[in-house]
Amino acid sequence: MSGLRVIVGCKRVIDYAVKIRVKPDKTGVVTEGVKHSMNPFDEIAVEEAIRMKEKKIASEVIAVSCGPTQCQETLRTAMAMGADKAIHVELDAKQTETIQPLHVAKILAKISQEEKADVVIVGKQAIDGDYNQTGQMTAALLDWPQATFASEITKNNGDLTVTREVDGGLETIKVKLPAVITADLRLNEPRYATLPNIMKAKKKPLAKKKASDYGVDVTPSHQILSVEDPPVREAGQKLETTEDLVGKLREAGLLPS
Amino acid sequence: MFSRACLQGARRGVHVYKRFNSTLVVVEHNNEKVTPITLNTITAASKLGGEVSCLVAGSQCAKVAEEVSKVAGVKKVLLADNDAFKGFLPEALTPLVLATQSQFNFTHILAGSTALGKSLAPRVAAKLDVSPISDIIGIQAADTFVRSIYAGNAIQTLKSNDSVKVITVRGTAFDAADPSSGSAAQEQAPAATPSATSEFVSQELSKSDRPDLTSAKSVISGGRGMKNGENFKMLYDLADKMGAAVGASRAAVDAGFVPNDMQVGQTGKIVAPDLYIAVGISGAIQHLAGMKDSKIIVAINKDPEAPIFQVADYGLVADLFKVIPEMSELVDKK
Repeated sequence: MSGLRVIVGCKRVIDYAVKIRVKPDKTGVVTEGVKHSMNPFDEIAVEEAIRMKEKKIASEVIAVSCGPTQCQETLRTAMAMGADKAIHVELDAKQTETIQPLHVAKILAKISQEEKADVVIVGKQAIDGDYNQTGQMTAALLDWPQATFASEITKNNGDLTVTREVDGGLETIKVKLPAVITADLRLNEPRYATLPNIMKAKKKPLAKKKASDYGVDVTPSHQILSVEDPPVREAGQKLETTEDLVGKLREAGLLPS
Repeated sequence: MFSRACLQGARRGVHVYKRFNSTLVVVEHNNEKVTPITLNTITAASKLGGEVSCLVAGSQCAKVAEEVSKVAGVKKVLLADNDAFKGFLPEALTPLVLATQSQFNFTHILAGSTALGKSLAPRVAAKLDVSPISDIIGIQAADTFVRSIYAGNAIQTLKSNDSVKVITVRGTAFDAADPSSGSAAQEQAPAATPSATSEFVSQELSKSDRPDLTSAKSVISGGRGMKNGENFKMLYDLADKMGAAVGASRAAVDAGFVPNDMQVGQTGKIVAPDLYIAVGISGAIQHLAGMKDSKIIVAINKDPEAPIFQVADYGLVADLFKVIPEMSELVDKK
């Protein structure tokens, strides 16, 4: 059996360390002039796909991103990490703002079929929308099994054995190939792209597509009515001693009496 | 009398429409007991203003159906008892939810925002060709919901135009429904053929006598400042004296001090206890996302510049290795 063909989804998001600002007109958050990078969970997905290739489990790794032109930088990063080629599904500014995970899942499902993929790996959630939906929906559309919140993946014959991070601890499941996996934080430690690899990545193929090329209508069914700042907590007080603290908690009835 | 009823009906056009809402709650349980978040989800379902049905799927879970039928606000309990539901795999559960949906035509399908709910709801939604709504913290109308984005740093209100609303509910944002004053009818759920593309192998659950992290009244969390796993024993001792659950920051989990299911934050568990004590935690955006709705926040950290102090009601700039044993002693004294 030849190696698996792996699709990895990479989303370009506001960098995780940035303190976001809500727009005064409450339509969204300020993205212009703000540092963006690859969604941290997607970096983990890319890393896992590349490790599968290094272990000769995978034969080809294809990175996919849906979004504005700048997503090509995100895809170049994935290729500098080791992805073989990339597909950019370009969206205009408006579409980028209103696209929903269901649309992305439809695009990923179409690409997976066209590319004859065996595995789709995406991050468990993007840190901007915090939806945690795309992988599950891609699996549903393809009728493939899903292994969400993966912290370990091993391949045996036509199956993947996946350890998942669940509420009470860990859980191991077996999924038949082809399958969709979503990566949790502890799956691996993503590598840094080295300068020579960044240079090489510039020569790797990057196909430019539109959502309509895949027959996917990205008209939103969710209308965002407002985006606002969360309530601000009132400033607290600094205490001097442990006695003060325990006293305050006891006063508030927060300690067992 | 008739005319008065007509008048009320006309005046409350919206409410007449609301009467046609019907909600399915997917019950989470371990075949023995209902998971607490299901009670919060039932409260959210009741706010939608229609009839609430609950789906209990599992293997030998009749006891759970019995428990759910006593929850206030539940009208009907649908029971699906089948070995195929072992491990609660979404591949097995999705056809069941779809069969139930095609029989009863619910307007809303809800699950708690847990590892199970997050895995299942989007799969069901995609099969129904609708966009799910994750982790809601408020309901403004039967089609308008509030949720947080960007790690809780912005609050989004959205109106869904989908025919069926598939929703996961943040447990801490809704009160638990009364588990003992209801009397729902029980019936069999429709039969469905589960997909056999996945298989449950095993589970390694962290065992603890302490309260469940997501529903505890008090939570004590440790971060990188704890230095190692052994030092967490100090927190366990204090937690036991206070009846508190113990959580952790990502740094503490990544360093291997404690297991991942203790992580509080954007990508771990979201908690909102009456009291949250952050010990040796700096307070990164991602951690705050998981605890900043706590009623009282206490920070114990030796770095006075730590961002955690900006959200703390009470801050103590001190060495945790001195403060925690002192606290343990003082809590004992009463």
